[in-house]
Amino acid sequence: MRRYSVFAIAREAMRHHTGWERAWASPEPRASYDVVIVGAGGHGLATAYYLGKNFGITNIAVIEKGWLGGGNTGRNTTIIRSNYLQDPSAAIYDKALSLYENLSQDLNYNVMFSPRGLLMLAQTHHEVRGYLRTVHANNLQGVKTEWIGPEKVKELVPIINIHGPRYPILGALYQERGGTARHDAVAWGYARACSAMGMHIIQQCEVTGVRSEGGQVTGVETTKGHIGCKKLGIVVAGHSGQVAAMAGFRLPVESMALQALVSEPIKPCMDVVVMANTVHGYMSQSDKGEMVIGGGTDGFNNYTQRGSFHHIEETLRALIETFPMISRLKMLRQWGGIVDMTGDRSPLISKTPLAGCFINCGWGTGGFKAIPGSGWAMAELVAKGEPGPLAAEFSIDRFKEGRFIDESVAAGVAH
Amino acid sequence: MLILECPHCGIRAEETELSPGGEAHLKRFGPGSSDQEFEDYMFARKNPKGVHFERWRHAYGCGKWFIAARCTATLEVFGTYPAQTAEPPQHIIDAVKTRRPGWEGYK
Repeated sequence: MRRYSVFAIAREAMRHHTGWERAWASPEPRASYDVVIVGAGGHGLATAYYLGKNFGITNIAVIEKGWLGGGNTGRNTTIIRSNYLQDPSAAIYDKALSLYENLSQDLNYNVMFSPRGLLMLAQTHHEVRGYLRTVHANNLQGVKTEWIGPEKVKELVPIINIHGPRYPILGALYQERGGTARHDAVAWGYARACSAMGMHIIQQCEVTGVRSEGGQVTGVETTKGHIGCKKLGIVVAGHSGQVAAMAGFRLPVESMALQALVSEPIKPCMDVVVMANTVHGYMSQSDKGEMVIGGGTDGFNNYTQRGSFHHIEETLRALIETFPMISRLKMLRQWGGIVDMTGDRSPLISKTPLAGCFINCGWGTGGFKAIPGSGWAMAELVAKGEPGPLAAEFSIDRFKEGRFIDESVAAGVAH
Repeated sequence: MLILECPHCGIRAEETELSPGGEAHLKRFGPGSSDQEFEDYMFARKNPKGVHFERWRHAYGCGKWFIAARCTATLEVFGTYPAQTAEPPQHIIDAVKTRRPGWEGYK
């Protein structure tokens, strides 16, 4: 696979752009692989990529029932941050953020990482105390965040109304390194890099069963036939419970719909990411000029990739007080994704009761920001059979042991 | 938007009037149970893609709990019934079986 570079652009310009190769190959599956990863979203592809890059394992198939990056990777609001309260969370999310910083160079693919800065607004006194605590925790963790007052918020976000009255801005938790990236490009970049290492990305191939012998995984049944494997990684987000059931175990996970929407494109007006957890709304402006807005999850189990209208209404009603100028904006598109929620709102990167089978799920409403760190940790787990320091705390056992990584209070819903 | 009929007061309420309460018909485990039983009771949920029995409260109405049988893949509702029961009543089971002939039962 030829590298993208300024010389490649010049060369192709000379021959009317007839020489660009496909970004990744679409091969038919072989009979077996060393590792099969189920799910070609960001986390699955990143797992495959770091298996190749860090451990030299390239006899890998990444199989996907739909299209590459068509699940939650293509449905999120692209926010990247690592200002988490709990140490294990801060460690893995900050690893992810560090990897994002050089991801375009690493993958030779522009993921448009934009560290534009991120604000989490404190709109109640409870939140002020919570975020002050998070800032102190982050300082101890070596994650640079700071507490800023309302005037500084207004300086960073001129379109904001800090006076309320319902939701006055009392300050904000500010992470200067946070920002956004182009979500599709993250999936495409990893896919291209995996394909270049000789891995197979097999789309429109749904897993229908997991085969095992004597408690050891031996392969998967798919709509394209049986595919054997020595190790299996299940990285399927909202459908984790379905695939886990095929492998014979249950997960502490429930699937719910989370939705987002975008406005019509407008001139640049906000060059940071703003999250308002009290009102379950967060907003940033895309490079196309659209205001990208995320809301809260529905409270019930749901596998339909659509949201409820009343959540849009609640989110926008609250955001309009904070951002009066968006009140006349037309909303163009709305969509939903199925998120996998654990009891403590932290992910699972874990061995499973089936030997050779590993699971990476439970990222809930905040998986996009974690993709590189998650793939890094999962690759180590799959390659060595034992978790490394990043993944160890995220094992399924924590629910038996009561060893929760409780981000449900720390992060609220916007996570 | 989900619309469920409250079996207590008979009102067809949309979801903003209701509070979801998670999987129904859980067997409680407490003191004296094994670690595995307690863990499953606390955290392991069926999370089915398909027929699901789920607790709801008519929060901004009569305030009472009831159970809805519905499909998580299509949002189709098969019926609702009062929560004071250990398993789904026969007419609900029949309603589900009519719509989902291949359904394997609620357990």
